[in-house]
Amino acid sequence: MSFFSLKNKITLVLIFSLSLLFTSSSFAESTNLQHKNSEPFIQALELLQSKSYNKKGKAIEQLVATKDERVQSILEAMLKARLFYTKEDKTVVIGKKVDDGFALTSVLEQKYLGSLSKSKLKKVKVNNKLRGILRASIATLSLSSPDAKKRLAAVKQMFGKTNKAGITALQAHLKMEKDSAVRSEIETLININDLDSGDKETQLAAIKTLFNSLNPETRNKLEILKDNADADIASASQVALKNINNKLGFYDKVNTAFFGLSLGSVLVLAAIGLAITFGVMGVINMAHGELIMLGAYTTYVIQQIMPNHIGLALVLAVPAAFIVSGSVGILIERLVIRHLYGRPLETLLATFGISLILQQAVRSVFSPLNRAVETPVWMAGSLEINPALSLTYNRLYIIFFCLAVFTILYLIIKKTSLGLSVQAVSQNRSMARAMGIRASRVDALTFGLGSGIAGVAGVALSQLTNVGPNLGQAYIIDSFMVVVFGGVGNLWGTLISGFTLGIANKFMEPWAGAVLAKILVLVFIILFIQKRPRGLFPQKGRAAES
Amino acid sequence: MFKLLKGDRGGQVFLTLLTLAAILIPIFNLILPESSPFHVSTFTVTLLGKYLAFALLALSVDLVWGYMGILSLGHGAFFALGGYAMGMYLMLQIGDRGVYGNPDLPDFMVFLNWKEIPWFWHGFDNFWFAMVMVALVPGLLAFVFGALAFRSRVTGVYLSIITQALTYALLLAFFRNEMGFGGNNGLTDFKDILGFSLQSDNTRIALFVASAIALALGYLSCRSIVTSRLGRVAVAIRDSEDRVRFIGYRVDHIKLAIFTFSAVIAGVAGALYVPQVGIINPGEFSPIRSIELVIWVAIGGRTTLYGAVLGAFIVNYSKTYLTGVAPETWLFALGALFVFVTLYLPNGIVGLLKRKQA
Amino acid sequence: MSALNKFRETMRRDQVFDIVNKQDYSEVDTSHGQILYVEDVTVSFDGFKAINELNFYIEVGELRCMIGPNGAGKTTMMDIITGKTKPDKGSVWFGQNINLLKMTEPEIAQAGVGRKFQKPTVFEHHNIFENLEMAMAGNKGVWATYRAKLSSEQHDRIMSVMDTIGLTDNSTQRAGALSHGQKQWLEIGMLLMQNPRLLLVDEPVAGMTHQEMDKTGELLTSLAGEHSVVVVEHDMDFVRSIAKKVSVLHQGSILAEGTMDEVQNNQKVIEVYLGE
Repeated sequence: MSFFSLKNKITLVLIFSLSLLFTSSSFAESTNLQHKNSEPFIQALELLQSKSYNKKGKAIEQLVATKDERVQSILEAMLKARLFYTKEDKTVVIGKKVDDGFALTSVLEQKYLGSLSKSKLKKVKVNNKLRGILRASIATLSLSSPDAKKRLAAVKQMFGKTNKAGITALQAHLKMEKDSAVRSEIETLININDLDSGDKETQLAAIKTLFNSLNPETRNKLEILKDNADADIASASQVALKNINNKLGFYDKVNTAFFGLSLGSVLVLAAIGLAITFGVMGVINMAHGELIMLGAYTTYVIQQIMPNHIGLALVLAVPAAFIVSGSVGILIERLVIRHLYGRPLETLLATFGISLILQQAVRSVFSPLNRAVETPVWMAGSLEINPALSLTYNRLYIIFFCLAVFTILYLIIKKTSLGLSVQAVSQNRSMARAMGIRASRVDALTFGLGSGIAGVAGVALSQLTNVGPNLGQAYIIDSFMVVVFGGVGNLWGTLISGFTLGIANKFMEPWAGAVLAKILVLVFIILFIQKRPRGLFPQKGRAAES
Repeated sequence: MFKLLKGDRGGQVFLTLLTLAAILIPIFNLILPESSPFHVSTFTVTLLGKYLAFALLALSVDLVWGYMGILSLGHGAFFALGGYAMGMYLMLQIGDRGVYGNPDLPDFMVFLNWKEIPWFWHGFDNFWFAMVMVALVPGLLAFVFGALAFRSRVTGVYLSIITQALTYALLLAFFRNEMGFGGNNGLTDFKDILGFSLQSDNTRIALFVASAIALALGYLSCRSIVTSRLGRVAVAIRDSEDRVRFIGYRVDHIKLAIFTFSAVIAGVAGALYVPQVGIINPGEFSPIRSIELVIWVAIGGRTTLYGAVLGAFIVNYSKTYLTGVAPETWLFALGALFVFVTLYLPNGIVGLLKRKQA
Repeated sequence: MSALNKFRETMRRDQVFDIVNKQDYSEVDTSHGQILYVEDVTVSFDGFKAINELNFYIEVGELRCMIGPNGAGKTTMMDIITGKTKPDKGSVWFGQNINLLKMTEPEIAQAGVGRKFQKPTVFEHHNIFENLEMAMAGNKGVWATYRAKLSSEQHDRIMSVMDTIGLTDNSTQRAGALSHGQKQWLEIGMLLMQNPRLLLVDEPVAGMTHQEMDKTGELLTSLAGEHSVVVVEHDMDFVRSIAKKVSVLHQGSILAEGTMDEVQNNQKVIEVYLGE
């Protein structure tokens, strides 16, 4: 049995089995249930096949009125454009997309009918108006779900689409409702409805209770009421509206800051490896962006190897990308950069050459087109804090990931013997060598570390942007800007500079537009370097001078 | 002029070849019939003219990088600005022959529903005004940018990185339609220059000869700088900037003067390039273009001027050839060239030849 | 030196907007007999006081030797006088009319303070003649430098300095190919070409043979009188051979001043040197 219909069955069971029937065997039983196909139900199904959207609307109403347990799955299928009837015998079916057409389940018998090609099916078409009716109907049905989350979603679905009957139903439901979140949502909805009541007292009371409501519908209604003929209502609305707008403005800023932080995290991730190679070793690695790109392609390859475990593949890609990019980095250091120490401009040119080679290599191996890297389910969706503020999970994860990478890197530099050697070599090469540190080995490992981190950044970027041969180029200049702005040789500086630039960029975007914001940030950094050539957090002291 | 070339054998050879080319190629193109084995097609003439513009650009990079140690990764921006100034002139020459047939507005403005020409397009219908802008705009940008950077003593790789940021910022800006320079598509569909059709063989030959003359003048003026005491001080700045300050030279002024001059040359090169290839778009601002032209200089050989010219010809010829025969190998070849030259040919081909001679 | 340090070297910046503070430095006013006033100068790097309340004066035509252990602040002192480092407080005047703290390195050089570095820095890709020519006093503006042509007097001047430093035979040799001692001399020669009123000479005899040392000593003594000369040197024998007056620098300030014999018998000086 296909996954789709199975899920619907479970939903059906969840909704209607208040009895002890809900056991592990209930699924099997439900398939064998003898459906009582009432006349209105069958009529409604026939009506659904009509061409007129009005008639289809009536059919939906009729279906809901039957209180039949199959209605919800029908409406959901209809909404997703998965409700069909066969051209041959006009059986209404729910289809799930398979390779050569649709796997079908009949609506009446809830029986699997095998699959049919698209040409043998006729879709039950819906328009926007119908979609609205469908959503509201599904929501009404869902209100009876034992799952509080489903009920909450159902209430939210109803905003702006309620009628008098709906409100009465809600008020009735409110008496039984125990979940506080659902209750407050329903209350808001009822209050919003009260705003239209025309009764002054009710309206004023509703305005008062909705004083802090962030629901967009509240705002829409108040916008209308603020010009109300009644002076009391108008002024109360204006005050409430002002308060709500202030709050919305605040949350809007919080949201922008969150966007900025996530962009900043991307910048920090991209730049932090560079902060090691450029900041600590003084090597200009123009191929840094391509090392990021390799990390992103590593993610792609691992997902190709295990297509059924996208999430696990993503987790595995982190160490894998570190190893791939790190090894390539060490190779670059041993073969090219080693011969160019003390000649930074030549290093810049040589590594740029390497970046071209890597780009073309990827183009030849994987094709010049962008590759799709999938996002695991747990990264989709968002964390809703209130109606005005919801944080998407992928951005949240990026921020945490960035902080984790930074912490690990910081600990490596500050606590491990490799880190101490890196610091020693970066401060005084000949002295470090005199103390028995094998500078050339440290160089190779440091470069490998910085490159590996670039690869890790690539894994994160694969979740945000297109993975293609030009991925690296898009980030190299930004990365250099972050490092230079933060102060070379300073990991904290890189972190703060990345976040600052990310937030600044996002705050400028609303009035300047994305491209202009970026240009302004670039110009700002160019000017900033003139004033403070050694960045926000320069290394001090005589050693830094000479 | 002869004094300038004293002891400069490479330069003498180069200028002789350039003069011969400027005289013979027009003859081979215009006078010899197409059946003759010596006939040079107009396509080839234009290709060579394009290379000459590139050579002039390479010259400007060698002046600041080879002689003064400033690795500019943004010289493509000056080239492009010069090109855009010329493109604007050519654009306004189209008149009502555009697709939309609007006598006052270029096609892309009509397309964007603009009602009148933006203020910064005024004057570009005059050839000489446009020519002044070809030099002035890149020069001014280089002057302002350089004045800030050199006074603050931003040098070495930091300077390279911010020059790259500069051209990147301009790239993003010129992509925007609101900038008024044709956005993504740039300026194209040019019809004629000073009343002569850009499609005619004679115009193409004239542009070729103009490029050759510009290159010769560029070479001589650069040569006059590097053989003067100013040129020697510039090299001294490259080798030990601090020491130059302690013997009383204003390092920032000297850098600024030469950097600005170099940007003007780059702008002129851009202005010669645009009518020959028939288009200028924001792609010319892309950082990779600017780095690519640095490698022309590196391959030819720094600090000789004619080495830069040689490098520009070799790399661009290879590019034309390889992208025609096997496009996917071009980036491999270019990348390998970068690595090979920096590792094994620090003085480029000219250095190699000199060592063979010695 | 790591590449990183090299970057940092080039990352320094001017704090002074020199256009605003143009002052007339055409003529040094030395009517009170002193050419250099260093008063209450303090500079610290990250809390470490490299120079601490430093005070000293140099008289016109004097030859002064500065000695002191490593880290006493000798090079930093020269950096301050020549404008490379700006002190946290204090004043440095050239004669009575020129405030060196408000000037950039090239302006100080133009005003008549010449400096020879500890590590000989000559322009390695230029030949000896060109090194001297570039250092020559005169208008060093951009246009003037571009148009510059050697007059016969200037040519003679270069030849005579070349003669003084004993490098006439190698005039077209690249400076990079010179021996260490020859580079030292070339640098002194460049100083002479600048025709400064005050010469700051940092370790002029490092890496020289005894003969070369003697010759350098003679040269420096002959310069005194017409020029004022400050020599920082480690080599005690050399200092004794040329010095009339010696200052001992310790932890950023003057510990003792006097003739070589006086400072050698100074109890504090003995402690510092023996305690090292």
